[in-house]
Amino acid sequence: MLGRTLREVSVALKQGQITPTELCQRCLSLIKKTKFLNAYITVSEEVALKQAEESEKRYKKGHSLGDLDGIPIAVKDNFSTSGIETTCASNMLKGYVPPYNATVVQKLLDQGALLMGKTNLDEFAMGSGSTDGIFGPVKNPWSYSKQYREKRKQNSHSENEDSNWLITGGSSGGSAAAVSAFTCFAALGSDTGGSTRNPAAHCGVVGLKPSYGLVSRHGLIPLVNSMDVPGILTRCVDDAATVLGVLAGHDPKDSTTIQDPVKPFTLPSLTDVSKLCIGIPKVTFTKVLSSPIQTTDLGNRLVEFESLLCHFY
Amino acid sequence: MAAPMLRWCCSGRRFAFARVGCGSCHRRGPPTGSTSNGKRGQSSVAQQPHITAQKPRKGEPEWAAVVGLEIHAQIASNSKLFSGSQVCFAAPPNSLVSFFDASLPGTLPVLNRRCVEAAVMTGLALDCHINRKSLFDRKHYFYADLPAGYQITQQRLPIAVNGSLAYSVYVGRKPSQMVTRTVRVKQIQLEQDSGKSLHDDLRSQTLIDLNRAEGQLRVDANISVHRPGEPLGIRTEVKNLNSARFLAKAIDYEIQRQINELENGGEILNETRSFDFKLGCTVPMRDKEGKQDYRFMPEPNLPPLLLYDSGSLPSGADPQQVINIDQLRERLPELPRVTRQRLVQQYGMLPEHSCVLLNEVGLLEFFQNVIKETRAEPKKVTSWVLNTFLGFLKQQNLAVSESPVTPSALAELLDLLDRKAISAPAAKQVFEELWRNEGKTPAQIVAEKKLELLQDPEALEQLCRSTLEAHPDVVMDLKRGNPRAINKLIGLVRKATLGRADPTAIKEVLERQLSS
Repeated sequence: MLGRTLREVSVALKQGQITPTELCQRCLSLIKKTKFLNAYITVSEEVALKQAEESEKRYKKGHSLGDLDGIPIAVKDNFSTSGIETTCASNMLKGYVPPYNATVVQKLLDQGALLMGKTNLDEFAMGSGSTDGIFGPVKNPWSYSKQYREKRKQNSHSENEDSNWLITGGSSGGSAAAVSAFTCFAALGSDTGGSTRNPAAHCGVVGLKPSYGLVSRHGLIPLVNSMDVPGILTRCVDDAATVLGVLAGHDPKDSTTIQDPVKPFTLPSLTDVSKLCIGIPKVTFTKVLSSPIQTTDLGNRLVEFESLLCHFY
Repeated sequence: MAAPMLRWCCSGRRFAFARVGCGSCHRRGPPTGSTSNGKRGQSSVAQQPHITAQKPRKGEPEWAAVVGLEIHAQIASNSKLFSGSQVCFAAPPNSLVSFFDASLPGTLPVLNRRCVEAAVMTGLALDCHINRKSLFDRKHYFYADLPAGYQITQQRLPIAVNGSLAYSVYVGRKPSQMVTRTVRVKQIQLEQDSGKSLHDDLRSQTLIDLNRAEGQLRVDANISVHRPGEPLGIRTEVKNLNSARFLAKAIDYEIQRQINELENGGEILNETRSFDFKLGCTVPMRDKEGKQDYRFMPEPNLPPLLLYDSGSLPSGADPQQVINIDQLRERLPELPRVTRQRLVQQYGMLPEHSCVLLNEVGLLEFFQNVIKETRAEPKKVTSWVLNTFLGFLKQQNLAVSESPVTPSALAELLDLLDRKAISAPAAKQVFEELWRNEGKTPAQIVAEKKLELLQDPEALEQLCRSTLEAHPDVVMDLKRGNPRAINKLIGLVRKATLGRADPTAIKEVLERQLSS
């Protein structure tokens, strides 16, 4: 069940295949089992179970709040959460319990999502490895994959097992690891210069950086006010679209959000990519491509890229 | 944070004057134009001359002083400039603090519409150019009452620039000697106020109140002196002056101090000073930390403030989200100089009277209410309000709002006077009684004290005749040419009438009777 997408679990909840409380308990139990990843700074067990209880009541009455009702989520520890310690992985805010929720957190809670806990990060989001927080580094779940462990056994002989792990990237490494390890179905990160996309890539999950001004920053403890955005981490793109639909829109408490109304949307299902055109900035891609792509001649030509066939400009 | 503040900078007039002596006294000479006569001790524009000390030394060239004022005025709004929390005078400490005011991490400023409107209206009233686009900046410095470590202000591009204010100044001892002067307004900007620090020396602690609805008006003065024709001198800043009187004293003192310093071969430091009102002098305020670097940067959480007029309003714009300067201009109340002109024209009063009416809070409204309810001539009303009424207020240090006499009561009294039901001295007596606020109307007081004028001409004639007969010596005195004798006679008749006869009427009857 935990391996399913957000959409799928939502359907399962609506159909009564599983209850929010069971779902919540399974996630909590997995969080405990994967404690060595150090993805969570705070696990809000009581809060989550209470939220699950309320979600269950709603489902019983047939009044679910939407696709996110009863879905376990995690929030990066630089988002203000009312009554739950918010540290930004720093001694400066250790013990700080905010009296208010960040707008994006409130929106998720208003949809009935279950808050599993606050995830680890680089201190004040200053980093791209999730290694520089006071609570220690976050370990990439892929460090414990069969492939990696076998590779490690081949290469190292006398090294301490414990020190052989991969970073998650950062700064939203805790969120990425939490999603990647199936402990939640979506997580909030933040992105200033890649801090959601970077760990998403490292942990093999989907990381979405919304355009600046689309999602409210009220309650996001800032790194660079004119560049920060809340980021969304999920295991599939549709889930990210679902969460974005909930979070996007003008917030009167954030004067840098755009005024235009935002409508929730669903992505069209894409089975035929042959007509798809992808734009690539020339400057970025001349030097940064990995070797399979670099050996081809880019231009208006078809390129083989794993199993996809599409045009590159 | 913040009680919303408006800050405006006035470029000072150049005051040229001659040095009068070593004391803390001098005379302000006439402003630009007439300084070139080089005469010593010229005080043709002295306002309220201070105590003169010694005579000026010979052969000394003149000094010119340049004064600029930075005025911090709190905007009258229900909530603060950037946070939704309320503004309320004398609220308990820290009871009106929002999350943003306390600088909790993650909170953001949101601009208060009413404050922007107030700033635009102030700019319009001061004849400024309103910038259609203005920007917000952060001004960084560390202090306990500034939890964010920076203040949001408008350094680069403020909301209004290049205005002026015309005002009247007494140039002689007589109230009629008034001239109009102009001061330039360099700019008006919106900014946050910091918190209030309360120093508890007894317990060696400082307490911070983040409500920030404290003193509504504060002025910092920037002062420098130089010789006419030479470049401007180094300026000092005198901070946090709360009354016009102290402001004037501080500036006077500082000008003199700088002159003394320079004439004795010293130099002026670009420093911040405060005014010790007990000693009447300015003292250095800050440690020698050098010039503060405020590390100005654009405020990233507030987009540029765009203002529109009726011509440039974007079509389909939400009226809640845009500010129309033309609409605000229409909402401006009548400005003081227009009111003064109107009073002079409508009621035939002197310009200086209109000034007094406007300068006392609530007095104009009082005056207009009396005018509404009385048949008496406006000139009479003016005289009674400005002399008698205001006099009584000032004597007991009361504000107009605390007056025991209502406009209706005064109107009634003036009506009685107007139809000659009582004499002028009697009216004064009634006014005194009214002031005691025992709940009686003027008519009641007149009846009680029997102050009605003698209406019967026959009775007056008789009383006059009997007085003349009873005091032949005074009559003799008068016939011999003593002009003051008539007054004695009038006084005697008045006593006989128990003050109920109008002195002018008595005089007229007596004179008639004496001449026959």
